[in-house]
Amino acid sequence: MGRKLLFDKAHIEGIRYYDVYRANGGYGSAEKALKSMTPDQVLDEVKKSGLRGRGGAGFPTGMKWSFIAKPEGVPRYLVCNADESEPGTFKDRYLMEFIPHLLIEGLLISSYTLGCNSCYIYIRGEYAWIPDILEQAIAEAKKNGWLGKNIQGTGFDLEIYVQRGAGAYICGEETALIESLEGKRGNPRIKPPFPAVKGLWDCPTVVNNVETLAAVVPILRIGGDEYSKYGLGKSTGTKLISACGNINKPGVYEIEMNISVEEFIYSDEYCGGIANGKRLKACIPGGSSVPILPANLLLKTAKGEQRMMTYESLADGGFATGTMLGSGGFIVLDEDQCIVKNTLTFARFYHHESCGQCSPCREGTGWMKRVLQNIENGKGKMSDIDLLWDIQRKIEGNTICPLGDAAAWPVAAAIRHFRDEFEWHVLHPDEATKRNYGLAHYADPLEIAAPAAV
Amino acid sequence: MAEEKKLFKVKIDNISVEVEPGTSILNAARKIGGDIVPPAMCYYSKLQGSGGKCRTCLVKVTKGSEADPRPMPKLVASCRTNVMDGMEVANITSPEVQEARKGVVEFLLLNHPLDCPVCDQAGECHLQDLSYEHGAETTRYEFKRRTFDRIDIGDKIQLHMTRCILCYRCVFTADQLTEKREHGVLGRGEAAEIGTYIQQSLDNNFIGNVIDVCPVGALTDKTFRFKNRVWFLKAVDAHRQCEDPKCCGKTVLWMRGDEVFRVTARKDKYGEVEDWICDTCRFDKKDVKDWVIEGPRNIDRHSVISQGHYVGVHKPKDTLVEVLDGRQPKLLLDIHSISQVNRPDIDLSQIDGPAHSDDFNKQ
Repeated sequence: MGRKLLFDKAHIEGIRYYDVYRANGGYGSAEKALKSMTPDQVLDEVKKSGLRGRGGAGFPTGMKWSFIAKPEGVPRYLVCNADESEPGTFKDRYLMEFIPHLLIEGLLISSYTLGCNSCYIYIRGEYAWIPDILEQAIAEAKKNGWLGKNIQGTGFDLEIYVQRGAGAYICGEETALIESLEGKRGNPRIKPPFPAVKGLWDCPTVVNNVETLAAVVPILRIGGDEYSKYGLGKSTGTKLISACGNINKPGVYEIEMNISVEEFIYSDEYCGGIANGKRLKACIPGGSSVPILPANLLLKTAKGEQRMMTYESLADGGFATGTMLGSGGFIVLDEDQCIVKNTLTFARFYHHESCGQCSPCREGTGWMKRVLQNIENGKGKMSDIDLLWDIQRKIEGNTICPLGDAAAWPVAAAIRHFRDEFEWHVLHPDEATKRNYGLAHYADPLEIAAPAAV
Repeated sequence: MAEEKKLFKVKIDNISVEVEPGTSILNAARKIGGDIVPPAMCYYSKLQGSGGKCRTCLVKVTKGSEADPRPMPKLVASCRTNVMDGMEVANITSPEVQEARKGVVEFLLLNHPLDCPVCDQAGECHLQDLSYEHGAETTRYEFKRRTFDRIDIGDKIQLHMTRCILCYRCVFTADQLTEKREHGVLGRGEAAEIGTYIQQSLDNNFIGNVIDVCPVGALTDKTFRFKNRVWFLKAVDAHRQCEDPKCCGKTVLWMRGDEVFRVTARKDKYGEVEDWICDTCRFDKKDVKDWVIEGPRNIDRHSVISQGHYVGVHKPKDTLVEVLDGRQPKLLLDIHSISQVNRPDIDLSQIDGPAHSDDFNKQ
């Protein structure tokens, strides 16, 4: 059994409620931080832990916190990004639904560290029932003196507000989230200025993912040094992975970042193997926006090493042969799945969710979707594949926010690794509407490239 | 007080310029002028917060600054990126930028109807200029373009969303020039549209400026629609004493003969207005008598309006020579001023040949 830090008590009945949570050691970390540590000491612990942002980019949290501007007389804000809308990612939902107090405790410690007195949870509009759970937990915490004025007699004040989004993927981008929180249209802002300098209501703001903020609690409980001993290398601690697709046991798993991808898919502790005895064809390990990998590249890197569930190992090989850990939306595709259709699904999603502010993403996503629709429906041309490649290349990096990149990467990776399947779709339009390309050579062992001659 | 401000040295396409801190790359390039100025479809210097959306002004920063010489990893929007001391920027010298710009133009034209032959903006359209300069000859888009119905917002302005490139300039104009916010962006992604929600009319004395800021033919002047082609009109600078204190009263009249076809604000060579004008000046003063005409307006934009006004002019034929079977008419009098010939002492019958002013000047 892998060690757990966030979900170690998730199985206890009633952990959702304050009394049970408190009885099981809850708010211990907050007590320790508020009563015996200065904000700088807490920040040091977080820095030592090596915690990296769990929302997708993997930026070191301690460093992000130290960037926040601290002008006199200006309030600072902490915003919790619970706008989890990426296809395949549903880890925060589990955390907020079952142990809301963990998040509240994390927010309390983080706010204390950053010197914020107001904190916002921006929650995805589609999670209609979770705001009630959070509100209830906040009320409980308040009743027991963990929120409000003069928390536990330490003189620190904090209010947490829950704000529901209106159902837009783009509001998960931090500046769009801030715009939306201010009551405006959720268009990403042009950076700089960064939120750490000018964020919510033009005040310094830190935006963190739910899981990142919750992870602060175990860091304080066991200490930053101890936390950094979990995991491998720079990927410290544990990570929530929401596994879905053609596996035997879909669900949210907390993994220590030292297991291999193979173990994660096939061990009974986690996904339990591919469903119905099928073979693995491809996997998108970090939510819909990260590059898809065929089975052979997923399990072993291009260098022939075993691929691990860490930020570094998954990104090994760059975009040519690697992918990203992203937000941990682990989507597994078996041999019966069609990559073209899968890519079309993602392209349709990004087309639907583009905010329409900057032209490459607004126009390009729709174009990609339509070209993919043609290929999928047997109306594609050989030149369409190159066209798709060209479109994605012109979107990537040329947009205001990373949604443009997120829309381009799945298409790019699908063409890069599964070009034969696209070509088969074009060449056999009738057959392609009736059956799938199948596994083909995508699970064949890779030829290990010899080290380049010097 | 030390008045001397430190100026930043910037190199754009290997041309050095010194600008004040806080200047954007685009404005630094405009200070140099010429071909190296990146095109801008959404940035508008008079509107706060504009820019960064159309991505046509993308440039490559090859050297971040003197202190941090690393190049920037991505292309940046020059209108919203400020210069640093020692920054080096590549615009027309970077094939990567040119390629990206070509891509952006293609994206902008994807859903654009290209109905220039029936569009009032043709001839002064920034998208037209942009596609001439950076666009491809043909489109690779094989699908139906998105279309919208034309909407009248107020009785003077028509909105044709099909042509819109969502630059947000009009939204900023409406926000910043008028008191009431009644106009914004609805929908998202490809389906996003400029709108007034439930087709409310825009009745504000400055809302007409949205027509001037629109880089394409999405917002057009209903009092001018289909009346004339802009390049057939003669542009003259004019002014009037406007009652509205916020209006500068300095405009350009677009005339044909004595008729004023339309009134616009004065625009500089980047298509930006010099000062805002009110709707009374724009829509209601269509009589030459209302205006003091200053002189011809030099349209500095490389559009068709400025083309061919003085070169290659076709002169009308001299019919007199034709009537006289090719003979040149005989000059009978060559007199330039009456006072010159007011000399009763000179006997006209004594003059040999045509009378010339010299004959009267003789003592």
